[in-house]
Amino acid sequence: MSVRRLDPIQPENFQFSAANLKWAKAQVKKYPPGKQASAVIPLLWRAQEQHDGWLPEPALRAVAEMLDMAYIRVYEVATFYTMYNLSPVGKYFVQLCGTTPCWLRGADDLKEVCRHVIGEQNQVTEDGMLSWLEVECLGACTNAPMVQINKDYFEDLDAKGFEKLLTDLREGREVKPGPQNGRQFSCPEGGATTLLNGSAPSVAKRVTKTKAKGKPQRGGK
Amino acid sequence: MLKDKDRIFRNLYGFEDPGLKGAKKRGAWDGTKTFLTNGRDWVIGEVKASGLRGRGGAGFPTGLKWSFMPKVSDGRPHYLVVNADESEPGTCKDREIMRHDPHLLIEGSLIAGFAMGSNTGYIYIRGEFIRERERLQAAIDEAYDAKLIGRNNKHGWDFDLYLHHGAGAYICGEETALLESLEGKKGQPRLKPPFPAMAGLYGAPTTVNNVESIAVVPDILRRGASWFSGLGRPNNVGTKLFCISGHVNRPCNVEEEMGIHLKELLERHAGGVRGGWKNLLAVIPGGSSVRCLPDDLCQNLPMDFDSLSALKSGLGTAAVIVMDKSTDIIRAIARLAYFYKHESCGQCTPCREGTGWMYRVLDRMARGQAHKREIDMLLEVTYQIEGHTICALGDAAAWPVQGLITHFRHVIEERIDQYSANPAFEGEVREPVAAE
Repeated sequence: MSVRRLDPIQPENFQFSAANLKWAKAQVKKYPPGKQASAVIPLLWRAQEQHDGWLPEPALRAVAEMLDMAYIRVYEVATFYTMYNLSPVGKYFVQLCGTTPCWLRGADDLKEVCRHVIGEQNQVTEDGMLSWLEVECLGACTNAPMVQINKDYFEDLDAKGFEKLLTDLREGREVKPGPQNGRQFSCPEGGATTLLNGSAPSVAKRVTKTKAKGKPQRGGK
Repeated sequence: MLKDKDRIFRNLYGFEDPGLKGAKKRGAWDGTKTFLTNGRDWVIGEVKASGLRGRGGAGFPTGLKWSFMPKVSDGRPHYLVVNADESEPGTCKDREIMRHDPHLLIEGSLIAGFAMGSNTGYIYIRGEFIRERERLQAAIDEAYDAKLIGRNNKHGWDFDLYLHHGAGAYICGEETALLESLEGKKGQPRLKPPFPAMAGLYGAPTTVNNVESIAVVPDILRRGASWFSGLGRPNNVGTKLFCISGHVNRPCNVEEEMGIHLKELLERHAGGVRGGWKNLLAVIPGGSSVRCLPDDLCQNLPMDFDSLSALKSGLGTAAVIVMDKSTDIIRAIARLAYFYKHESCGQCTPCREGTGWMYRVLDRMARGQAHKREIDMLLEVTYQIEGHTICALGDAAAWPVQGLITHFRHVIEERIDQYSANPAFEGEVREPVAAE
């Protein structure tokens, strides 16, 4: 468990934008009548997105009212789930995976880069552009080490490339999400060892009829 | 090695179109109506006969799980819930299915929903997978537009499929915690019984299945149960997605036959262990929750459920984490202990307090600042946690530590000796705090 508290400095009120309100009403319809509380996680998440990446206390009240839930139930959810940022974050919020698979492949080096470029965890840089946090496994272990920045994963990083990535973001240059070493998603670097002939038809009897056609080989170089 | 024609996930690496058109070209949605016409018992029978065991970690037979659902509804709706809360360290296979072959999952959900008499399915995806969520939602929308799912669809079984997301809690991968979370609560596991098949989501009969378990079902029905059960060895059949991470030359995901030997798996697909096979120190064969295995046990190691549990480890999610001889194994396991400390939901005392306690002791041991008698004390504590909690997170936290002590006790002892011979002061020594 981790201790999580609301930020001492809170805005006075929070209101969903018209578009988000419409979206929220559609979300509630996914669940059976009377079970609208199910939508609490998506709604709080949308509130966080609308509020510069962190969740203010008035948003908890707004969501509680909207879903007809007791405030404490919403408060519980907001403090239980670690993706809710309860204090302000940078415009680019870096979540650095430090769990063993990433650690084995050099997550500590990336942490050093964060300390050097951004500062300590949970501190927003003076220009408001960056902040970082070490998080637990983000589920991209074959592409370790990796970070999540806002919505995107940046994988197969090294210290030098990561520092450049942070600088590029800060200076408004375009960056490319996904593996940073040019590989195709979770395919082995340098070329696939399987699925070399394109997709085979699914039904077994058709497979016997279809000989591998001269499609370009995707493995190796 | 598994032949390409026997692979189920033919767009694993995203070289091709993940959309409906591409999926159909790869064979998805082919013959689905026939399966439904054959009836519920036929579908469950085929899945049982195929020998498919759940791909989420526990390896429970999928067909059997489906057959626990009431045959006739007592007025309560039935629910299918797909567990896409993939958070086990080392595991990243469901992500590939959801972003590159989402239609297999959607088709599987329809079939599973039909087999258990459910008209509603929820896919619970972890919150961090934002891009994957967008991709999967796009695929679901496509399926609705093409009348493949939804009310009055082409297949004759009304089935609504909704995508729901979490917000960063490993524990929500536990099925009852997932249901709590889906109901809009904190993700704290429920006591079983009642099992979800009796009282699950909103108190109605529910079955929770892993993404991979559901996504392989359409192909099993298309190619026949005997095709699937003919791969691997008895009780450990079929194909499996392996996630190879850590100290290998080319980490990757790959679909292979169940029971492939570890050495072949690593050398054929992942470019081998960094520095050669002899440089192998240990392997965690099934995601962070299973006990690690030292190199001598890895020589002729078939990667399947029974072989690995015979070694007191497990296939888990088939997430192979490789560590070479440069690894500080105590630090590696201490980092996992920190993970469990962070992810404990706090409901049961042995886990809430024990995970933090284990981490703090291991953290000291990694520095050598411990007594040798504490090794046995730590082992004793792991047994106090294991089996004494509502869900399996307590067990999952205890097993890696047990694996470390069983196989690498000498490393801990050496580290302690080194420190006592030359007790250099390294940073501040933290006082243990209860319930940190």
